[in-house]
Amino acid sequence: MSHDIADATATETRPAARAHTLKATPSVITVQGLTKRYASGFEALKRIDLDIQRGEIFALLGPNGAGKTTLISIICGLVNASDGQVRVNGHDIVTDYRAAREQIGLVPQELTSDAFATVWNTVSFSRGLFGKRADSAHIERVLRSLSLWDKRRNKMITLSGGMKRRVLIAKALAHEPQILFLDEPTAGVDVELRRDMWDVVRSLRDQGVTVILTTHYIEEAEEMADRIGVINDGEIVLVEEKAALMRQLGRKQLRLDLQTPLAAIPETLAHYPLSLADDGHVLVYTYAASPDEHSTPASISALLNDIEAAGVRFKDLHTEQSSLEEIFVNLVRKDA
Amino acid sequence: MNLRAVGTIYHFELARAWRTLLQSLVSPVISTSLYFVVFGAAIGSRIQEVEGVSYGAFIVPGLIMLMLLTQSVSNASFGIFFPKFTGTIYEVLSAPVSYLEIVLGYVGAAATKSLILGLIILVTASFFVPLRIDHPFWMLLFLALTALTFSLLGFIIGIWAEGFEKLQLVPLLIITPLTFLGGSFYSIDMLPPVWQTVTLFNPVVYLVSGFRWSFYGISDVSVGASLLMILVFLGLCLALVGWIFKTGYNIKP
Repeated sequence: MSHDIADATATETRPAARAHTLKATPSVITVQGLTKRYASGFEALKRIDLDIQRGEIFALLGPNGAGKTTLISIICGLVNASDGQVRVNGHDIVTDYRAAREQIGLVPQELTSDAFATVWNTVSFSRGLFGKRADSAHIERVLRSLSLWDKRRNKMITLSGGMKRRVLIAKALAHEPQILFLDEPTAGVDVELRRDMWDVVRSLRDQGVTVILTTHYIEEAEEMADRIGVINDGEIVLVEEKAALMRQLGRKQLRLDLQTPLAAIPETLAHYPLSLADDGHVLVYTYAASPDEHSTPASISALLNDIEAAGVRFKDLHTEQSSLEEIFVNLVRKDA
Repeated sequence: MNLRAVGTIYHFELARAWRTLLQSLVSPVISTSLYFVVFGAAIGSRIQEVEGVSYGAFIVPGLIMLMLLTQSVSNASFGIFFPKFTGTIYEVLSAPVSYLEIVLGYVGAAATKSLILGLIILVTASFFVPLRIDHPFWMLLFLALTALTFSLLGFIIGIWAEGFEKLQLVPLLIITPLTFLGGSFYSIDMLPPVWQTVTLFNPVVYLVSGFRWSFYGISDVSVGASLLMILVFLGLCLALVGWIFKTGYNIKP
């Protein structure tokens, strides 16, 4: 996945502007010491610090009840913070809420809609609410980009769940926000629609929109995100570039399919972190994916030589890199 | 001031009224007509004139008030309760809109609807009984102030209510009884002396009395007291709405 500005050629007008703003200020949202304590004493967020960079897709990953939605809700103005500060492009979300909110579009997790309003009316309503002059050309562009143009006269109640989700995205984009929050955008959405949704999000990013999405589908974060933040139990456990995260925490496995199964690992290979799988048909070598670790590709060739010397014959080999899911599960488990 | 947002909420809410024209306008008109048939024609023909006004004409201001109060409360409470109930309120809360603007949009639309309704009932009434309006300016002022005040009350109820039962509770248990006992269908002179005193604690008495004065120049209490009462009530509702938004009560945890 690349997110270089040079690659953002899908749209003609915005990349230049994006390049400019990228240099100006890297952080588009700054969260400092954000805490949410409910009257019951429950702490949904515990002194969260977070920076969202301009133009990135940031995935906020965490199990149910980790505080993802609470965090988004505070930034967007749906929930009051107990403590701490949030700035959107330098504007405080409490004292300067108008300037802060103007830049944000929010797609909520729940499929909420005014059942009897038409698609066109409900999307136009959103634009007006944000104080923008009516612009049917823009609404048309948004509806077309989300394949909703044919449905514009339909009442919300007649739409399928996936279509409603698209309308919610259209509503969030109606006022041309620079920042888009997607709270579990593909929950309950079929595979095809999910792919479509990802395409939409990528094209938004290419237009310079900063996208923050929450998800508990690891696949989604892995597919889409530039950076990943993991939240658990109201605390940010980790924030990292996705690629770096995969490199640092990811384990790689070299799997050798043996010609004849082994009962045990030969003595001469005992100093390698080897294990047997598949009733001795597969020899597995686990090593850190990061090249600066001690298990470099150089040691793999040594390993292969030693295997050869030990008289173990293999008919095939391949490597596997651990997925974000495994990393995530490890992180959350370690934390708990 | 995000006037465009106020206008957007206002028009969206009024559009909802047009979509539900039957419930919003037609049914109150029908029920008012029924009141005229029953109270005005059937019973009224057996009742002598009240302070020089035929009984049918006498009840018109009270009937309009009755409809105005119940419709203002139900329009406004439903207008804000529904987005809260379905969750679409998220959009209003996340928009660059101040609390004042939210109230102006929702309450303004509800008050407009009941104001239109009040005028429609007035026109309907003129088909049944001979009407006279001595003080048209004051009539409209009372109409507008009452619509506004009770729409604010409805807004408060809509935010307070967590379910449909609560939404019905206040209109059913408080508004309707107060209105029926507020001199809509009688002059409080007709009551025994003890009840005349008790009834003075009913705020609706002042509304109906002032409103009736603007029609026929007759009133149970002084017009100044009526005006003062409605302004006090308006102030109370405004203070309560202010408190709701300050604390985020039931709307923003």
